[in-house]
Amino acid sequence: MRRPGPDSPQHGGLRARLAVERPGFRLDVALEVAAGEVVALLGPNGAGKTTALRALAGLTPLTGGSIELDGRALHTLPAERRPVGVVFQDYLLFPHLSALDNVAFGPRCQGASRAEARRAAAELLERVGLAGHASARPRRLSGGQAQRVALARALAVRPRLLLLDEPLAALDAHTRLEIRSGLRRHLADFDGATVLVTHDPLDAMVLADRLIVIEDGAVVQQGTAAEVARRPRTRYVARLVGLNLYRGAADGPEVTVEGVVFSVTERLHGPVFVAFSPAAVALYRSRPDGSPRNLWRARIDGIERYGDNIRVHLDGPITASADVTPAAVADLGLSAGQEIWAAVKATETHAYPA
Amino acid sequence: MRAHPGPRLRYGARRTGRAVTGRPPWMLLVPALAGTAFLVLPLAGLLVRAPWSTLPERLAQPQVLQALRLSLVTATVATGVCLLLGVPLAWLLARTSFPGRRLLRALITVPLVLPPVVGGVALLLVLGRRGLLGSWLESAFGVTLPFTTAGVVVAEAFVAMPFLVISVEGALRAADPRFEEAAATLGASRWTVFRRVTLPLIAPGVAAGAVLCWARALGEFGATITFAGNFPGTTQTMPLAVYLALETDPEAAVVLSLVLLAVSVLILAGLRERWVSRV
Repeated sequence: MRRPGPDSPQHGGLRARLAVERPGFRLDVALEVAAGEVVALLGPNGAGKTTALRALAGLTPLTGGSIELDGRALHTLPAERRPVGVVFQDYLLFPHLSALDNVAFGPRCQGASRAEARRAAAELLERVGLAGHASARPRRLSGGQAQRVALARALAVRPRLLLLDEPLAALDAHTRLEIRSGLRRHLADFDGATVLVTHDPLDAMVLADRLIVIEDGAVVQQGTAAEVARRPRTRYVARLVGLNLYRGAADGPEVTVEGVVFSVTERLHGPVFVAFSPAAVALYRSRPDGSPRNLWRARIDGIERYGDNIRVHLDGPITASADVTPAAVADLGLSAGQEIWAAVKATETHAYPA
Repeated sequence: MRAHPGPRLRYGARRTGRAVTGRPPWMLLVPALAGTAFLVLPLAGLLVRAPWSTLPERLAQPQVLQALRLSLVTATVATGVCLLLGVPLAWLLARTSFPGRRLLRALITVPLVLPPVVGGVALLLVLGRRGLLGSWLESAFGVTLPFTTAGVVVAEAFVAMPFLVISVEGALRAADPRFEEAAATLGASRWTVFRRVTLPLIAPGVAAGAVLCWARALGEFGATITFAGNFPGTTQTMPLAVYLALETDPEAAVVLSLVLLAVSVLILAGLRERWVSRV
């Protein structure tokens, strides 16, 4: 079998509608990824991200929809004939083959001679900085090295679509940082379409040009990292980007959420989202003077350390997180179960149409 | 039998001071030791009663060497046949699903519980000169299996193959099928996946199965004597020679048994070092 080389037409990229139906689970998402673009599928566990990736690779059959890559139908081909490279979550390097032979496996399957395949593999290993580990068995490699071998192995088949399933999830925090920036560079060099699955917003933002958020098998939001972070549309996304998010009814400069009235800078009407940062929330023991807007009575649900600050979880008409300094916690004598007043400045709330 | 309250109480008391480790309970230790004696004593008896003084000349007898060689060759060829047919069969059972798969597995394990003599009779009915397949084999190819060395191989393979299939199927089920998926995404056909990924991954399981299979073939008696007869030089394997010698010359039987024991232990120990312990 021949796979298209880098000289094949660049137009198109990936265009897919993936429908997979199983008892108790339904995935139905549309994806478009240009050649050279990196798109992250972001979502909580069980949202269907990995199923989507497996469907693209041909490892899980579609029950509906279609996949088109560079203008050609992909969903009619079996996995081994799709020009797709996959980096699996725990890499799945073949334990009985050296790093070099792992990378050479794909070219060999495509009909390259042993010498050709090994030459190509050696080149790729060098590109990911592992020329010195070519003869090592996978169990002798560190997590970061194994990840890079897995990437080299996926790239060795000269794919037009690169799929990465939680590529950094198996790494410890320190290695992760280093591998993430390396991976970003390799993805930038790759001229095909890339889809990566992650539940880590930081990975998604660093590695991807665009995010597609999946929840319960459906796309709930998509856009650039900045767009998604600024205007989250679900609780899950809001929590990922660290914002309090509410759905309310707007009437000009006022938005009512569960009986709490927020003044906002935007002028909107009808159903809207209101978002504000936990750092914008101020807490008071007694009712502060002034406008009753942006103010509500809350009960402290829990208190935990959050970086240098303290995060206070509030219950009441609306649930919210508030970030305050340790000094403020001491001054106010905050403890779980306590009733307090919470307020947020109008200039720090942000409203947008729902 | 009643439990020993004393040791149990002491054991209980020790447990408070030291985690779960400690002396094994008598209720397990005593039967375990009895089991060991039961398995080892007959072998020891064989060694004790062996006619050591006449051993060299008895060993040098051509019948002994002939039977030994025949046993080793047929057991090895039978193991080869089992590998050739049994590994794909195990793959089919473990990696595909088709109607009747459970029934097929049940049928394949039948020779495990079937008395080997019955297996030999069944083989005769199918592959014998007037058997269902045997008559056709003879008229079409001039091949007859009963009472030939090839028949010995057939009888041994029939009895030993389930051991291989079951052990390889177990290895396949234990192997992570995601490696096979990874190979597929790299462009490997299902045959390439099997050859270059699956087989190396389950190699220890295949080796363990082959050893079991070989050992079973080496000791095969009932199916062999029924289907292949007992002709020195062509179908008389070691177990058959032992049985025959027991009736005429018991000392010779002891010697033959000793040889069979030594060969089995040597080869199994050698292979175990290399393969079986890694499973």
